[in-house]
Amino acid sequence: MSKRTDSNSYTMIFAIIMVLVVGSLLAFMASSLKPNIDENKRIEKQQNILYALGVNENEGTSANFISTDVAGAAFSEYITKQIEVQGGKEVENSDAYLIDIKKQQTLAKQGKQRRLPLFVGKNKNGDVLYVAPIRGKGLWDAIWGYVALDENMIVQGAYFDHKGETPGLGANIKQRYFMDDFIGEHLLDASGNFKGITVAKGNNDPKNNDKTDYEVDAIAGATITGDGVSAMIKSDLKLYVDYFKTLKQ
Amino acid sequence: MALLSKKDAKLITDPLTDNNPITIQVLGICSALAITAELQASIVMSVSVLFVLGLGNVVISLMRNIIPSKIRIIVQLIVVATLVIIVDLVLKAFAYELSKTLSVFVGLIITNCIIMGRFEAFALGNGPWKSFLDGIGNSLGYAVILIIVGFFRELLGSGTLLGIQVLGDPIEKTGLYSIGYENNGFMLLSPMALIVVGLIIWVQRSRNQALIEEN
Repeated sequence: MSKRTDSNSYTMIFAIIMVLVVGSLLAFMASSLKPNIDENKRIEKQQNILYALGVNENEGTSANFISTDVAGAAFSEYITKQIEVQGGKEVENSDAYLIDIKKQQTLAKQGKQRRLPLFVGKNKNGDVLYVAPIRGKGLWDAIWGYVALDENMIVQGAYFDHKGETPGLGANIKQRYFMDDFIGEHLLDASGNFKGITVAKGNNDPKNNDKTDYEVDAIAGATITGDGVSAMIKSDLKLYVDYFKTLKQ
Repeated sequence: MALLSKKDAKLITDPLTDNNPITIQVLGICSALAITAELQASIVMSVSVLFVLGLGNVVISLMRNIIPSKIRIIVQLIVVATLVIIVDLVLKAFAYELSKTLSVFVGLIITNCIIMGRFEAFALGNGPWKSFLDGIGNSLGYAVILIIVGFFRELLGSGTLLGIQVLGDPIEKTGLYSIGYENNGFMLLSPMALIVVGLIIWVQRSRNQALIEEN
């Protein structure tokens, strides 16, 4: 028995129509929702930067951003200056937070000049802090974050996020027990050389009392994600060392 | 009058027990291993699959008479991928926080063999209402196993449930930890999910001998 739907021409026509319908449907959805999605991403960036700065609504053990409707106002209140670091000097750029770190890293790989945004702000105690964005690779996909530093490059706050790390393992880098471990850790040794922070297993310091060992406790079962966090801290924060040296002069 | 006829009700209840997609048909094992380290992730995945399978089954069922049989697998893949991407885009635009929790699962849902399996085995040969019930039933059957596995893996692996510490604090050594209990980190790795699923299959077949295949 031969059905009408078995013929080659029917199959071809069906395939072509289906691709056209599905393709245009998805293209239409994507472009009509793009403004909303971009706006959400912009607000999220502001929330991330504020979180690292200590402006958040953390309760108990969970990490909470300030709500989206006040993020814009809080961002202009707490972030006093947005700059780009160029050769150890600062250039003001009031939209520096919109710089796409991923694109800048690609440019740097091609040997071109990389733009380095840095956000100068005050936390709730009035301390002046510098929030730097970082980005790297986890196990499955991109990981990124924002680190708030004081002028001695001691971490005062950190926020990490990921695109697709394993729930329960690598995805826990955005849990407070991991992010809060970074607070107080030194990035520079006593003579001012950049050491970075390593996410280390079995460092005999699970409560993280030693803040000058350049190590925080790793998450069990998330070795590669943890290594990714160490790597992005080392490679991206190192670029700001020259600028921080000028602050102390 | 009952809401569902006996036959229709069976479509929902069967996959929960004697025709469970994971333990009997052994479909969807891959995602059951990947995301059950946490109970919350298991629940989110279950709800997502419930939505996609319920809707996808209806769409495929409505199209079943015009789909060319030679390319039906590709058509099924496109339908499920389109549904998942649309849902993801809408969530990104209007429920951004939720979409970030779900983003990990988008790829897993598209390749979930339960979805393809139900499209192929049921929706291509049955009407939309029956297909809808079949989709709901199978995703609930999937959800039951996912939640059981997630419960034990999170409890024994991290000592938490839904992120709340239920056995005490492992670092401060309170609760159970004060008498020497330790979390079993091995529970967080995928092989243990396979072993837990194996145990569920064992329990299920010893309770219902009819499920054991004759050699």
